[in-house]
Amino acid sequence: MNIMHAPGELVVGMRASARPVVTMREVSKVFSNGTLALSDMSLDVKNGEFLSLLGPSGCGKSTALRIIAGLGVASSGTIDWPSSRINSKGLPQGDISFVFQEPTLMPWQTVFGNVYLPFRLRHLPKRQARDQIMETLAMVGLEDFAEAYPRELSGGMKMRVSIARALVTKPKLLLMDEPFAALDEITRQKLNDDVLRLWRQTGVTVIFVTHSVYESAYLSSRIVVMKARPGQVFAEVPLERADMRDGYYRTSEEYRATCERVSRTLQEAIASAEPVS
Amino acid sequence: MSGGVRMTIAGGNIPSRQADAPAPARASTSQKLLRVSVPLLMLFLALLAWDLYVRLNDVPPYILPGPLTVADALLNDWGTLWPALFVTTKITFMALALALLGGVGLAVFLVQSRWVELAFYPFAVILQVTPIVAVAPLILIYAPTTQVALLICAFLVAFFPILSNMVQGLKSVDHHLLNLFDLYGASRWQTLLYLKLPAAQPYFMTGLRIGGGLALIAAVVAEFAAGSAGANSGLAFRLLEAQYRLNIPRLFAALILLSLLGVAIFALTSFIAWLSLRRWHESSVRREN
Repeated sequence: MNIMHAPGELVVGMRASARPVVTMREVSKVFSNGTLALSDMSLDVKNGEFLSLLGPSGCGKSTALRIIAGLGVASSGTIDWPSSRINSKGLPQGDISFVFQEPTLMPWQTVFGNVYLPFRLRHLPKRQARDQIMETLAMVGLEDFAEAYPRELSGGMKMRVSIARALVTKPKLLLMDEPFAALDEITRQKLNDDVLRLWRQTGVTVIFVTHSVYESAYLSSRIVVMKARPGQVFAEVPLERADMRDGYYRTSEEYRATCERVSRTLQEAIASAEPVS
Repeated sequence: MSGGVRMTIAGGNIPSRQADAPAPARASTSQKLLRVSVPLLMLFLALLAWDLYVRLNDVPPYILPGPLTVADALLNDWGTLWPALFVTTKITFMALALALLGGVGLAVFLVQSRWVELAFYPFAVILQVTPIVAVAPLILIYAPTTQVALLICAFLVAFFPILSNMVQGLKSVDHHLLNLFDLYGASRWQTLLYLKLPAAQPYFMTGLRIGGGLALIAAVVAEFAAGSAGANSGLAFRLLEAQYRLNIPRLFAALILLSLLGVAIFALTSFIAWLSLRRWHESSVRREN
């Protein structure tokens, strides 16, 4: 199976057995205005998997992602990061990266400065971080743009910088919150391929929030379909051979069948939600 | 304005360097020349019109002196005007410096919590909305010297635009970036230094430009109110003095020095703003279509 990979790439099957990266047990979230955003969500995220949270807007997928990141606190239930160092605030430290829907770059910093940020906050001097930063920029194809400012880049390139910043610290867990929703179709497909490649290369665990059936079916090794009102897990769709996909897969019968299956599950999830009162 | 403007790169999925490719058409030398010569020519024409008006109508110099008479006064009274210009410049810049320190410092303090802001912001507003001319007599009584009184007046006026712009800037930080700093475990200090202060730069520059202009105005107005005299008096006093003596050429000379000082402050603050924003902020970047 691994003949297909370029040298140096990890074999996905070998890293599926370790402890889960995140465990959620009956996690609920109620916002201060009384909205029940997430209800009794339980989830184990296995090491090395590419998990997509798929659902209509208002299903709590972004809320779940923010709780996993430690950016929001669960109202009830427990969440644990069994394989991460936990800091004094009870949150994982340094093992989690986040890519937002917007590139979220600092416009006054160059591409290099933006990717340097996680190291800068850890007081690592620029000299020591340089090699790793340039290496990561090369991985996303931006090694020639280190000194450019974000406003000089296209939307897709900005998103690459954002991904490079997330990967530069070699995190265990990469959280992506509809990262390509604002990009055009062609750029999105290209970035989907890149994310798959980076996932294989680095062995990072990815949780990917999306509302696109096609995107989730193309990327994931497992899809968790969620429903709205209240936001909760509706069904899980495990997928095979996520490590083998490439441009040809997009036009394959297998991909079409997968999309159909996922799409049907999503329709059921939407239909099962209580109507807006 | 050296340094070619880089073109925005579109369709950026091709990982190749395009930014240094053909330099975008720069303003040609003749255009640059025009940019300087047109305003200069207009100024010269205005002077000429002024001179002709005075000459042709035989206006007496105590009503309206011609530009040459004013230039003469500027040279002859340099001994009086130069120290006054120095005093006014000193007060303006000291007040601006204090206002920068105070405005930025207080802004950082105010945004620490909503309660702090609720408690202290009203004082800043009251200080701002009370006309400085009305407060000046009181300040004159309390301040040890007239110079200090002038300084306090100019400071009070220049301080508020810097404060309010800075508060606005510190609060306008992208929430996702704040989340990101949280996620990476940034300390309060790091968030301030690496995120909030740089993000507030454009707002700070606006405050600086407004504050710089106001500091000069306040320094002059306060001196009118204070009516200082003697060796330490500024241009405002010399202006009043010239008026009492009906020395209108000297009054004009003082006026010209004041507006030159104002222009210099504006140019300086604009230059500082351009220096710090030129690479990344939309306000300082020229764009070609």
